[in-house]
Amino acid sequence: MAEKLYTIIDDAGIHARPATLLVKSVSNFNSEINLEYNGKSVNLKSIMGVMSLGIVKGAEIKIVASGSDENEVIAAVTETITKQGLGQ
Amino acid sequence: MIVQSLKGIGASAGIAIAKAYRLEEPELVVEKRVIDSIEAEIQRFTAAISQSTSELEQIKEHAFKELGEDKAAIFAAHLLVLSDPELINPIKDKITTEKVNAEFALQEVANMFIGMFESMDNEYMKERASDIRDVTKRVMSHLLGVTIPNPSMISEEVIIIAEDLTPSDTAQLNRQYVKGFTTDIGGRTSHSAIMARSLEIPAVVGTKTGTTDIENGVLVILDGLAGTVIVDPSADTVKEYEEKKATYEAKKAEWAKLVNEPTVSKDGQHVELAANIGTPEDVKGVLENGGEGVGLYRTEFLYMGRTQLPTEEEQFDAYKAVLEHMEGKPVVVRTLDIGGDKELPYLDLPKEMNPFLGFRAIRLCLEMQDMFRIQLRALLRASVYGNLKIMFPMIATLDEFRSAKGILEEEKQKLLFEGQQVVEKIELGIMVEIPSTAVLADQFAKEVDFFSIGTNDLVQYSMAADRMNQRVSYLYQPYSPAILRLVKMVIDAAHAEGKWAGMCGEMAGDETAIPLLLGLGLDEFSMSATSILKARSQILRLSKTEMKNLAEKALQMKTTSEVIEAVKEIMK
Repeated sequence: MAEKLYTIIDDAGIHARPATLLVKSVSNFNSEINLEYNGKSVNLKSIMGVMSLGIVKGAEIKIVASGSDENEVIAAVTETITKQGLGQ
Repeated sequence: MIVQSLKGIGASAGIAIAKAYRLEEPELVVEKRVIDSIEAEIQRFTAAISQSTSELEQIKEHAFKELGEDKAAIFAAHLLVLSDPELINPIKDKITTEKVNAEFALQEVANMFIGMFESMDNEYMKERASDIRDVTKRVMSHLLGVTIPNPSMISEEVIIIAEDLTPSDTAQLNRQYVKGFTTDIGGRTSHSAIMARSLEIPAVVGTKTGTTDIENGVLVILDGLAGTVIVDPSADTVKEYEEKKATYEAKKAEWAKLVNEPTVSKDGQHVELAANIGTPEDVKGVLENGGEGVGLYRTEFLYMGRTQLPTEEEQFDAYKAVLEHMEGKPVVVRTLDIGGDKELPYLDLPKEMNPFLGFRAIRLCLEMQDMFRIQLRALLRASVYGNLKIMFPMIATLDEFRSAKGILEEEKQKLLFEGQQVVEKIELGIMVEIPSTAVLADQFAKEVDFFSIGTNDLVQYSMAADRMNQRVSYLYQPYSPAILRLVKMVIDAAHAEGKWAGMCGEMAGDETAIPLLLGLGLDEFSMSATSILKARSQILRLSKTEMKNLAEKALQMKTTSEVIEAVKEIMK
């Protein structure tokens, strides 16, 4: 299992566009991937799951991946989050 | 052959002749069925998903080409919904375990998600429910074998027939193929009408029965001048309208010659013809149509269609762009007019029983001062780039005007203290759209620099008639002697104090109203940019002295129809 914490710095939080990019960045991995926020956990491959959390600026989120490519998952998520100025 | 003609409201001038294209929401009726073969049902579902996917990919590509990356982004999200495991797997599970048909399973799961998003606290998230509805509807239509139309995919010349068009529908129309449109509902000031005028395509709105009377593919003549729609016309009628169309287009070409001419009446009196705009991009159209200024810059578009307030810098950039492109011509900027029918989801304001009589425009700005001050700072900083005038909307009392002016003055002092440049004297005016303000205009005129009469609201507040309500639309009477008297009070009050009075409602560009307004002494007429040249050519032919006589008579008339008759008589 691989996991990593991020803090969201985008003013608008994770709205439709960044959610799209995040889900896209992991959709081709085999691992089971969850996003945890505010006591809830959703499937990161699910756009509706990610959107349903209503993640706002300043939120602490955790990505948990388990599977054969779990480390690559974390790398891909980190790249998307930092490249898009979404969080750190 | 029976020639059928429908009467509506001409919302955008011009004539179009083309085949009807019905833009309709099909009714999707879902029944619960027990299925025989789970495998076949799942296959049917998968096929519907892949058909929807390829359709959406096409739409996304089209949106990207025609409208840019920004507008296409939403379809990328829609595509992900189609492959969302949290949507797909529960549907397949339902088909397998409950042996129900795919339609029913889809409906159940989709409704669960729609309900979940709708029940969220955050307005932005609530709106996402409509995205899910949109996407699942497409899948459902494939399962049921019905087609849903898509305005951006039209590839032959058509006239769109719809119940109503939302601003985003209209934004997707391709001008190359969509020659005009007609809607069952709406009036001259509804969104679709305003959009049609800025797209410069003919439109007839409010036909009531267009979608029931007009079949797909039948030939239709759309007369945006007279407000009529002729269904399945004879060859003779087509010929007649082709001539009308040519005449109108020739007239339009004639008007085009007036672009650089001043607006002067037959007896040598100058008035200013300005344009109403919503974004910096609109300035191009203003100049192309010979606008002598911007009489109303609706700043609320800066605040709409986003998830948070625009920053001071964003606003500064927009105001600066407008002022610079107008090259020293007057630009009247209206401060934020939100509330009423224009909501900002991210402000999360409570729903009101009577939004038009509620917490909106200046009322809201005086309370949410942090937001208001940011806008005023951006305006003050932009003032050095052109001829800026600031106007406050929905002013009901002098106290409101004084408070707004006081806040502006405070921000100005702060900026000067910070070493920023601000123009020393910026004209400050108010919108006159509340009857009590019109009545007390003589007192207001002592303190403001100008008035701009907002007739859309002034008429609806004076007549106590909601302008979006079809059943009371007969009361929306801008030419009523009652309204003319209010307008006169405002203009006279301004002139008594050496100030000017303008008008920025739809009435200012209306050919029946123009002779009356000229006669009443209106100084500035602000209208859709596309109406300017027509208005100019009309004013060139009118004598202000004669129009003064006409207006004086009209003020003493009893009914609106008497006024309209008198204007028609003099325009002959």
